[in-house]
Amino acid sequence: MERRDFIRSSSKMVAGTLLPITLVEVAFGMSAKPEEKQVEDFTFAFISDAHLQQIKGTKFVRNWDMGLKRAVAECNMMSPRPDFVIFGGDLAQLGKAAEIDHGAEILSALHSPMKMMMGEHDYYLDLGEHWQKCFGDTHYSFEHKGVHFVVLNSILVDEEWTNKWKNPMARMQTMAGLDDPNGSPFMVGEAQRQWLKNDLKDLPKETPLVVFSHSPLQKIFKGWNFWTDDADLIQDILKPFDKVNVIYGHVHQIQYNKINNISFNSVMSTAWPWPYPQSYSKVKPTYLPKMTIEMNRADPFFERDATGWQMINVHTGRTNIHYQLPNNKNRTVAYNHKHERPEDIDFQEKKIPSQEHY
Amino acid sequence: MKNILMSVAVIYGLLGTTSLTADEFSNKNLKHWKSEYQFVVKEGRKVFTNPRLGSNTVTCNECHPNAANTHPETYPKFQKQLGKVVTISEMINWCIANPLEGKKMRLSDPRMTALIAYITEERRGVNLSPGKH
Ligand code: HEC
Ligand SMILES: [Fe+2]
Ligand SMILES: [Fe+2]
Repeated sequence: MERRDFIRSSSKMVAGTLLPITLVEVAFGMSAKPEEKQVEDFTFAFISDAHLQQIKGTKFVRNWDMGLKRAVAECNMMSPRPDFVIFGGDLAQLGKAAEIDHGAEILSALHSPMKMMMGEHDYYLDLGEHWQKCFGDTHYSFEHKGVHFVVLNSILVDEEWTNKWKNPMARMQTMAGLDDPNGSPFMVGEAQRQWLKNDLKDLPKETPLVVFSHSPLQKIFKGWNFWTDDADLIQDILKPFDKVNVIYGHVHQIQYNKINNISFNSVMSTAWPWPYPQSYSKVKPTYLPKMTIEMNRADPFFERDATGWQMINVHTGRTNIHYQLPNNKNRTVAYNHKHERPEDIDFQEKKIPSQEHY
Repeated sequence: MKNILMSVAVIYGLLGTTSLTADEFSNKNLKHWKSEYQFVVKEGRKVFTNPRLGSNTVTCNECHPNAANTHPETYPKFQKQLGKVVTISEMINWCIANPLEGKKMRLSDPRMTALIAYITEERRGVNLSPGKH
């Protein structure tokens, strides 16, 4: 079955009932040669930035709800089934308990085990209290089939900013406005950096390492918090390892990059796409990683366009990311071992021009 | 009817002579007009971020930080989904009616003027390119 056909039929199924069969074979454009193979074959799914937004009582913004429900339904139909699903943060829009509970309920339909990560939209109302009650720790690590996974909470800011607000909702709304000039730059912070050093202390240097963070662990554009203030310090901690992969949410668009030994990949939002920072013409230059070939422009007349979710494998110790993008061309960004960097398979190899964002 | 037309012509005639000097303006005028404009730009930012503009609490800046991707310099242009050449007001109304699930505005609505002022100010310096997709 063609992926396109699947996507069409699945949107009907989301509204109706789900077929009890798995419909989609996950085919990665770049399968690992045996000699490159480092770890057991497995895939995991990455769903992020659902931004469930309460209107009033039990009413939520329909568009955002549909994005998350669709990702969950499609994910459940994947074959092979993903070993686990990581949710990349921003489950809520304004950090409300009702929004987090609503999200937990939608995510509970997933057939695979869940791992959760915190986003700024989940945090700045009650400083993570309700989120932690529902999902537990905001940073932790785990081993899976030979890969070491780390989840960080990268959306903290300094205490002065955090504590200066009399009204928690005002704090939340300020941080929720991506372009609000009264926000504050994200960081991981000293305590978690110490924790990370300790966590990696005894790990053999050839172990493939995948680090999940909500914000990019690189500095792209401070104006929209596509940014982590202590990114350099964290990159230093990750330096001794041969194969380090950072996967982040928050930016609602496809980005990829390589800095020294670290490859960076972003994931899509299930709710809405964001413009690339260089399309904000008042601030030149901006720092979109040079390597990134942009995704196609969003067509606002299809509300799911340029939203999506991802299937990921780590066969070679490097991440290959397969983007599921309803109404937009699906993309695969895979690590090219010859060029030693992530590449968009179709667009870089076949040299297809991508649409201009301006 | 004829009389009315006649008197209109007379008034125009009178204005015609005085308007030679009435066109002059001072720095004070310029300052005033600019501050009026800046005020409307600020109002536009308020409308752009107002959760009560539509019916579902969604705001324009949720998807368009700093009004990026609104491309005011490309209007008027052919909007394929609307099937005709439109001004930016019609696309703004489309986004109000759809992602914001709100009621379209009259084109003379001061909030529409303010939205256009804010969106355009954020694109200051970009070349006009009407018709560009
Ligand atoms: C759900 C996200 C979303 C929201 C909310 C939204 N828009 Fe849009 N809008 C888009 C997308 C996506 C585009 C297409 C951008 C492109 O062409 O690259 C667009 C396009 C536009 C355009 C036309 C841009 C062009 O190139 O022709 C204008 C003008 C616009 N929006 C204004 C607004 C205004 C004003 C609001 C608030 C009333 C708003 N939008 C709310 C997603 C949104
Ligand atoms: Fe987000
Ligand atoms: Fe975020």
